Amino acid sequence: MNKGEGLVDPSRFTPRDLGSEALAGVLQRPGRAALTALGTVVGVATFVIVLGLTATVGGQISSRFTVLGATEVQIEDTSVDAELDGPAFPPDAATRVQAINGVVRAGVYWSAGERTVNSRPLADTADTDAFPIVAASPGAVTAMHPVVAHGRLFDDFHDRSAERVALLGAAMAARLGIQRLDTHPAVFVGGVPLTVVGILGDAERHAELLLSVVVPERTVERLWGPPGSGQPTKMIVETRLGAAAVVASQLAAALRPDAPDRLKVTAPPDPRSLRDSVATDLNSLFLVLALVCLGVGMVGIANTTFVAVLERTGEIGLRRSFGARGSHIAAQFLLESAILGTMGGLIGTCVGTLSVVAIAAARHWTAVVEPWTVLPAPLLGTVTGLIAGLYPAMRAARVQPVEALQR
Amino acid sequence: MTAVIEFDAVGRTYPGPPPVAALHPADLVVESGQYVAVVGPSGSGKSTFLNLVGLLDVPSTGHYRLDGIDAGELSENHRAALRGRRIGFVFQAFHLLPHRTALENVMLGMLYQGVPRAERQDRALAALTEVRLAHRLLALPSQMSGGERQRVAVARALVNEPSLLLCDEPTGNLDTVTAEAVLELFHGLHARGMTLVMVTHNDDVAERADRIVTIRDGRLEERR
Ligand SMILES: Nc1ncnc2c1ncn2[C@@H]1O[C@H](COP(=O)(O)OP(=O)(O)OP(=O)(O)O)[C@@H](O)[C@H]1O
Ligand SMILES: [Mg+2]
Repeated sequence: MNKGEGLVDPSRFTPRDLGSEALAGVLQRPGRAALTALGTVVGVATFVIVLGLTATVGGQISSRFTVLGATEVQIEDTSVDAELDGPAFPPDAATRVQAINGVVRAGVYWSAGERTVNSRPLADTADTDAFPIVAASPGAVTAMHPVVAHGRLFDDFHDRSAERVALLGAAMAARLGIQRLDTHPAVFVGGVPLTVVGILGDAERHAELLLSVVVPERTVERLWGPPGSGQPTKMIVETRLGAAAVVASQLAAALRPDAPDRLKVTAPPDPRSLRDSVATDLNSLFLVLALVCLGVGMVGIANTTFVAVLERTGEIGLRRSFGARGSHIAAQFLLESAILGTMGGLIGTCVGTLSVVAIAAARHWTAVVEPWTVLPAPLLGTVTGLIAGLYPAMRAARVQPVEALQR
Repeated sequence: MTAVIEFDAVGRTYPGPPPVAALHPADLVVESGQYVAVVGPSGSGKSTFLNLVGLLDVPSTGHYRLDGIDAGELSENHRAALRGRRIGFVFQAFHLLPHRTALENVMLGMLYQGVPRAERQDRALAALTEVRLAHRLLALPSQMSGGERQRVAVARALVNEPSLLLCDEPTGNLDTVTAEAVLELFHGLHARGMTLVMVTHNDDVAERADRIVTIRDGRLEERR
């Protein structure tokens, strides 16, 4: 320390004074402050909307897929000529599959061609339509999760003893004039009477059932023989939630250890990877947009703060004459731009969150706004403001008091 | 008598190009309680002189002691602190912040001096009372006359109880009647022992001072 400096009480600028001076500086021109913060508002709002919508849509996708799709594995026969290569599935296929951990139920089914379907035995076969017949084990039907409008699904007993029973889609039942099942109505499929035990109201992922007559597999085999060429046998496996991928990887070996390549196993898309792919697509596009908005906001704040420094040169000189150091001046302008950015960040967060909620409501989605996107969002504005204020604050600190006070 | 200002061959040359010798090396001692008027034609170097005295500018040559402290040995930050603590400024253009009331403008003078917040209002009130503006505390500069504005500026300059009051054409923007009221204020301060250095164009104003210093082409001369 030089001689004499000990006699001088250094100037001070308490954080509280700094805060109230910076706030006063921002609020003395509220209109300009609002316009300046606009760019940051848009930037932060875009950021929150992008992340919020990604989370919302992702939640939507996974909630739809976890219900049915994520638990359903399909197995198809890849053989070109099933009659030459022998049956695709062993007779105890369902039992083998059931032994795999994570399997809820399983069953084989195939489409058994088209046959005439009548509600009366003596109808003129010439003017009746042919409808597809689906042969399915009780496990397969249950795994397809049809909605039973009347009656019930057929069960293992019906299948084992090749009972002559059938399930009809609601539209077909109406067309055949079958409204109620307490009279044990029958349909004549290719002239063979089958008792209708159930009417299916809906089958979300297997709508083809609604336009078919579903008959137990053994009944079909006894009546019309095993699946012919062009009628490949398929298998449907219902797994526990989250087990589909693991189960799928074991199915071919469990069913056909001799020729696992013969079976084509289709597992549902992993909802997590699906959601992630949606998220990355949206994110990379719109986050760039959000960054551009923040960049524009930053330039806006930098410009306004810079203009303020020029306009308030006299004020800077005055403060220097009161004993302010260059660093005190810089701190004030830096805090002013940080306040502008934070204001923009706060408003942008509100706008963004409200937008996500509004969009979700309009689409009947459940709005998902993660706290980790909302809580730091205003800080994004603060950082924008701080960076924007760096250069103007440096310029303000270098303003010479003599020049500032000359007028 | 103690010296407030001691100029020892203090000069200021603005580096050009071309270099301008705005103040040739000058010796001057101003004692505590003196009232010094600085006169001279436009562009002669009056403001240059005042900026040096006010520690707003640094001499190119010589030594300047304020209250016995050699300003040349101080760092920039210490010079700012000394300036804020010991010197009050009154400018021709008032330099009041337009969005602050009279009271807030005066309180601003204490902002960097470590005065506790609770104390600032009382001291600002006392200073405004001293310049007879106790009834205009909450007025904005735009709601005040030129004379009132300059009295607020004087109150702000006094609020830190400086050892020296520097005025650059304090009545330059005022009409004669209002100027007279402000000058009366300075006389009152002088009568109570304040050291005053005032730049003026007006010879009548200069005549009322204890001492008159003339500057002509950067050369400082004592006239009286
Ligand atoms: N920053 C500077 N750089 C170069 N020359 C300067 C600078 N400031 C002032 N001068 C010159 O120094 C001389 C003295 O200027 P100064 O402002 O001190 O005059 P003044 O006596 O205050 O004039 P006025 O009565 O018009 O206010 C002038 O010739 C001016 O042009
Ligand atoms: Mg001048």
